[in-house]
Amino acid sequence: MSTVTSPSTSSAPGRRPARRSRWWAEVGWKYPVAVVVLVYATFPLLYIVSASLNPRGSLAGSSALFSAVSADNYAALGDTRFWTWMGNTVYVGGAAAIGAVLMGAAAAYAFSRFRFRGRRVGLTSLLVIQMFPQTVAFVAVFLLLLALGEVVPALGINSRIALICVYLGGALGANTFLMYGFFNSIPVELDESAKIDGASHAQIFWRIVMPLVTPVLAVVALLAFISAFGDFILARIVLTSEENWTLAVGMYQWVSNQLTSRWGIFAAGSVLASIPVLALFLSLQRYIVGGLTAGSVKG
Amino acid sequence: MAQGTLVASRESHARGWRGIGWGFVVKLVLMAVVNALGVAAILAAWQAESWVVLGAMAALLAVADGVYFSRRALPLKYLLPGLAFLAVFQVFVLGYTAYVAFTNYGTGHAGSMGQAVEAALIQDERRDPDSPTYPLAIVERDGELGLAIVDADGDVRAGTATSPLETVGGASLGSSGAPETVPGWTVVPRADVLTDSALQEEIAALRVAVSVDPEDGSVRTREGSTGAVYTSSLAWDEQSQTFTDAETGTVYEPSDDGRFVAADGSALPTGWYVGVGFDNFVRAVTDARLAGPLLQVTLWTFAFAILTVLTSFGLGLLFAIIYNDPRVRGRKVLRTLMILPYAFPAFMSALLWRGMLNSEFGVVNDLFFFGAEINWLGDPVLAKLAVLWVNLWLSYPYWFLVCTGALQALPADTLEAATIDGAGRWRRFRSIVLPLLLVSTAPLAISSFAFNFNNFTIIYMLSGGGPAFVGNSGLGATDILISAIYQISGVSGGAADYGLASALSIVVFVVIGVISALAFRQTRKLEEFQ
Repeated sequence: MSTVTSPSTSSAPGRRPARRSRWWAEVGWKYPVAVVVLVYATFPLLYIVSASLNPRGSLAGSSALFSAVSADNYAALGDTRFWTWMGNTVYVGGAAAIGAVLMGAAAAYAFSRFRFRGRRVGLTSLLVIQMFPQTVAFVAVFLLLLALGEVVPALGINSRIALICVYLGGALGANTFLMYGFFNSIPVELDESAKIDGASHAQIFWRIVMPLVTPVLAVVALLAFISAFGDFILARIVLTSEENWTLAVGMYQWVSNQLTSRWGIFAAGSVLASIPVLALFLSLQRYIVGGLTAGSVKG
Repeated sequence: MAQGTLVASRESHARGWRGIGWGFVVKLVLMAVVNALGVAAILAAWQAESWVVLGAMAALLAVADGVYFSRRALPLKYLLPGLAFLAVFQVFVLGYTAYVAFTNYGTGHAGSMGQAVEAALIQDERRDPDSPTYPLAIVERDGELGLAIVDADGDVRAGTATSPLETVGGASLGSSGAPETVPGWTVVPRADVLTDSALQEEIAALRVAVSVDPEDGSVRTREGSTGAVYTSSLAWDEQSQTFTDAETGTVYEPSDDGRFVAADGSALPTGWYVGVGFDNFVRAVTDARLAGPLLQVTLWTFAFAILTVLTSFGLGLLFAIIYNDPRVRGRKVLRTLMILPYAFPAFMSALLWRGMLNSEFGVVNDLFFFGAEINWLGDPVLAKLAVLWVNLWLSYPYWFLVCTGALQALPADTLEAATIDGAGRWRRFRSIVLPLLLVSTAPLAISSFAFNFNNFTIIYMLSGGGPAFVGNSGLGATDILISAIYQISGVSGGAADYGLASALSIVVFVVIGVISALAFRQTRKLEEFQ
């Protein structure tokens, strides 16, 4: 950049220290800082891995990292309901993700490809509605499910299907815009040529558009899964019996009452549950960041 | 040209009949399933006399059939499933919140007037002095506990909490005179009743109506071997809509606030919900018990959301600027490690930090404060700092990612021109980088603010809203509005006040609405879909 300095330091003996000090000033200091940043970022995660491997299993004495290594805590998970909750989480999150993708994709297709009366109004109202999160209206969700449960128990309190339905209620608002933009980037000429060849609108949707938008489908599915995975308030209200809980509700119950004694089990559970999410997140990172900046935000 | 004539000689294949096709079959099957489920639900609603649900189901089903079997309304075919869920579980729920906010729905006002009458008759029950005791056995059917008695005629009659007593033929009596076998029921062995305390409690709470008329009273048992009839001393007068206490002669009349009140001011414990206008909103600012804590909670909610956005944006931007340098090696690894907190599920992070910040055994005190017992989550100021610190840990990677992306999209020539003009690092940052960056990140900052405004998980999991305020409001120093609403609503047990909770939800919605309106004007997102 600053080429002015280089001729003046052309003499061989003075050159090296000058270069080195400039390197330190511009680049070198970033490495020690990076160490500090990494400690901040990863220490809690290292700690939880260490705690999960600590056979004492309590919060007391888990401070010395990796002082003892055993799989006791992981084995102890088998005696708890952890795997039931894991199954419930995958079931609820998976169903919510698939539903969100199908509904969102269908809606985005309609908004992107058809021109109909009320299209603009529809898009605007979706944008407005999605700004009011369901979680704030949890009292009404609770009362609604109480009433529905008296008619159809499968849609009432303590039903996983009811929870999935609640999540799907937010599917259109949260995802349509993310997908809408992506659908618009697929050239309409493809549809038109298919239409001329005699394809129906359903064939165009399933056979032509959907395969082309798979990246955005994957991202929406993952985002929907992660948000169901991490949701506590709605799951806590809807799922009342222990065998129906998701991980968020169950693991909270573990540590809210006996934080210090069940620490090892909690640590093992969170390592097991977070690894798949971490792996998926990191591998789809690029797309997810695009999605997050376009739509919903975690923090 | 030759090809053209060839095609023209054949009939256009668009006209060719190719059968009904798989798509149609799939549609037919799906619609059959939807219709079957819908009709079943409508019948169930009819049975439960739930007219609103019935109407909504019927309307939804009619719309679905109309849309999918008509040749028109093509866009609706794609929009309907999502719209149906949106309408019921979001739009309706929002409207219902607004409705409940203007009622006194909650503990003591939990149902309609009819339900309150029934509940009053049940709750007031006391043992009928004329009632004989009946030999009794605990029975079970389909997992539901019931009672079987031998009545004065020697007949065995059995029922559960939901179905009144009915005579059962073919039952046999044991040596104690209680039923020993009851056809269609499993008799719970006496030994189980004596040893299982949870079962005992259930039995003590069990009441089986003598007949469909609540005024006939119900059978209860104290010890599981004899039962007696309990009746209500209250008599309900359908005509005048009043209760009369047979013993004292007190008359209870329905009042405007949904309770049965006597002339001397005493009221029956169960009421029903009625509209109360702006009472809930007024109560939130005037009730001495609530107003103070709620004001603090509101201020902290804003402080929490604003500070979280500012700190995490600042830190993320700082890191992005530092490490957006091609001369730093291993940037990819660095980046991946730096965003790990973001990929770790948020509820687990909050619980993890809750353990790490434990004053006695927490690793933070042990390793970084030389074993000092700093009560991070027990002191109002420290708890607020801890919440902000943890949320910073959770959120800065997001801003790091966003800012890195935005920095790479900055126009290089503008920066170069500034450098040539002699602008220093700080000058370039202040006058070029930051303004350009803010254009693309301001909308995200606003939605991040809205998100953190309602960030229930982090507060509830990390500090539980505590430490609690002095007084019995149930709220604490780190409670934000949504966790306060959760506390007040009583959905997780305790005294429920759905009306007040919904009123506060409305306040939150108004705040979000104002912020969103600002965001709207900022982003002009609407211009994107012409």
